[in-house]
Amino acid sequence: MGNLRYLTNGLLRENPTFVLVLGTCPTLAVTTAGINGLGMGAATTFVLVCSNMLISALKNFIPDKVRIAAFIVIIAAFVTIVDLVMKAYVPDLYKSLGIFIPLIVVNCIILGRAEAFAQKNKVMPAVLDGLGMGLGFTLAITLLASIREVLGNGSIFNIKLVGENASTILLFILPPGAFVTYGFLIAIMNRLKIKFNI
Amino acid sequence: MEYILLIISAVLVNNVVLVQFLGICPFLGVSSKIETSLGMGVAVVFVMSLANLVTYLIQNYVLVPLHIEFMQTISFIFVIAFLVQVVEIILKKTAPPLYQALGIYLPLITTNCAVLGIAILAVQKDFNLIMSVIYAASIAVGFTLAMILLAGIREQLALSETPKGMKGFPISLVTAGLLSMAFMGFSGIV
Amino acid sequence: MANKLESTLPNMILSLVTIGVVMAASLGFVYIKTKGPIDEAAAKKELDAIQQVLPEFNSDPANGLIEKDGVIIYQVSKDNQPVGFAIKSYTEKGFSGHIEIMAGFLPDGKIYKVTVLEHKETPGLGAKMTEPKFCDQFSGKNPENFVLKVKKDGGNVDAITASTISSRAFCDALQRAFDTMKEVTDSIADN
Repeated sequence: MGNLRYLTNGLLRENPTFVLVLGTCPTLAVTTAGINGLGMGAATTFVLVCSNMLISALKNFIPDKVRIAAFIVIIAAFVTIVDLVMKAYVPDLYKSLGIFIPLIVVNCIILGRAEAFAQKNKVMPAVLDGLGMGLGFTLAITLLASIREVLGNGSIFNIKLVGENASTILLFILPPGAFVTYGFLIAIMNRLKIKFNI
Repeated sequence: MEYILLIISAVLVNNVVLVQFLGICPFLGVSSKIETSLGMGVAVVFVMSLANLVTYLIQNYVLVPLHIEFMQTISFIFVIAFLVQVVEIILKKTAPPLYQALGIYLPLITTNCAVLGIAILAVQKDFNLIMSVIYAASIAVGFTLAMILLAGIREQLALSETPKGMKGFPISLVTAGLLSMAFMGFSGIV
Repeated sequence: MANKLESTLPNMILSLVTIGVVMAASLGFVYIKTKGPIDEAAAKKELDAIQQVLPEFNSDPANGLIEKDGVIIYQVSKDNQPVGFAIKSYTEKGFSGHIEIMAGFLPDGKIYKVTVLEHKETPGLGAKMTEPKFCDQFSGKNPENFVLKVKKDGGNVDAITASTISSRAFCDALQRAFDTMKEVTDSIADN
């Protein structure tokens, strides 16, 4: 069915992290542990789906000249909702993600999809697009986070994989490791795309 | 003395891009040439200093007295978007060539997570007005520094052979990683 | 596009204000609903930390808590017998700034246990301060005769390898906790 395409688009062909290279700040900053990547991805997906849905529903009510301002208010409100809910129910994850939760509002993925898609399409496709992009982002950063966690901390989702005194490649948890791992992952995805003609 | 430490910390030790991971999108997007990096940097210094000034006032004279701190994200980003619009209009009138040179990068400052991020951080660190503005300006200088460094390298990279898969973002990211490693040498100075 | 609202001034203002008001109202609603759980989660975290650093107690730490210069002192007891003090202290001298610890002191001044609440130290280096290898060395020591400085500075504390700054900061926080506790207990005794 035509609509399914909107969902799968964000997962692979136009994956926000590896293909569009959007939302790079949280991608580098919170991917120190698999669980952080998953949490950030979930929060971002929630905001993405809600804002895409609302903006699509209101698309005829928002005059063109003030559209960016309107989008920002809507996105910021949903981000604050996620912020408060996380603070109340998952305080440890909230602490780990820190300032990057309010920064979801300037995650170029969300504003980008609102501008490029949600305001030009009906509600259902907009929701699916948001879901697809959000899931694509979540999978991508969870992958990045898991690699950094395994190599840099010897654990995966907090389950220790190596012995007490084993050495790990600490650099992967530190800033340089983020840049380098992300860079190589994009390169690998590029090669895969060329090979499998996606 | 306190101010000097604050400035050194903001520009080098806790460099906004290479250590704190804020402002990566414009950092990667604009740093292909040294000139555009410098122009963007100047604009960011201006916007960030102004943004920290205004958000400080909003936080302390509106949000806190009215107990609506949860409106921080919405009000801050709104102020920033508004400021960028104002700066755009002013630049268009007073310095048209600079306005032309910056082109699309100016509205993109709104989504520069460094601007919002630093505004929020300044509140969390409980800076007073003067320190908040100095902090913002120094951070923006650090941002400009990082961008110019990367631009310098990228200008050279464009002239050499890069493996096919690494072209574009991958090689820029790896380079940024090496820069980040170099900056790690600054830790412990302050 | 079908029937999009025109960008006239009244329309723009109407649209922005409506959206603004509706979003702000929804936000206010969520804020009120989550305030309770947020405060509860914070209180539970504090309680967990206090339980970690002291022997068993059954009083409410919130009763009789004292706050002095950014340090919080909780006094707890079991069946009305004093069990000790849990002190939430801090330092700004960490490698990456602010560090918060919770230190449990027995009534005789000995440290029972210390735990790190918040820090931004480097993983693999300063972050090791959360590991038993470092924090357990303080258990059973009394700061009156166990000098809270790293051995390099003439004290009794074994610093973390290659993380002198973080270790010094930890000691600073712990010393602050002890000093504040002494001030408070001395002033109670004087009265």
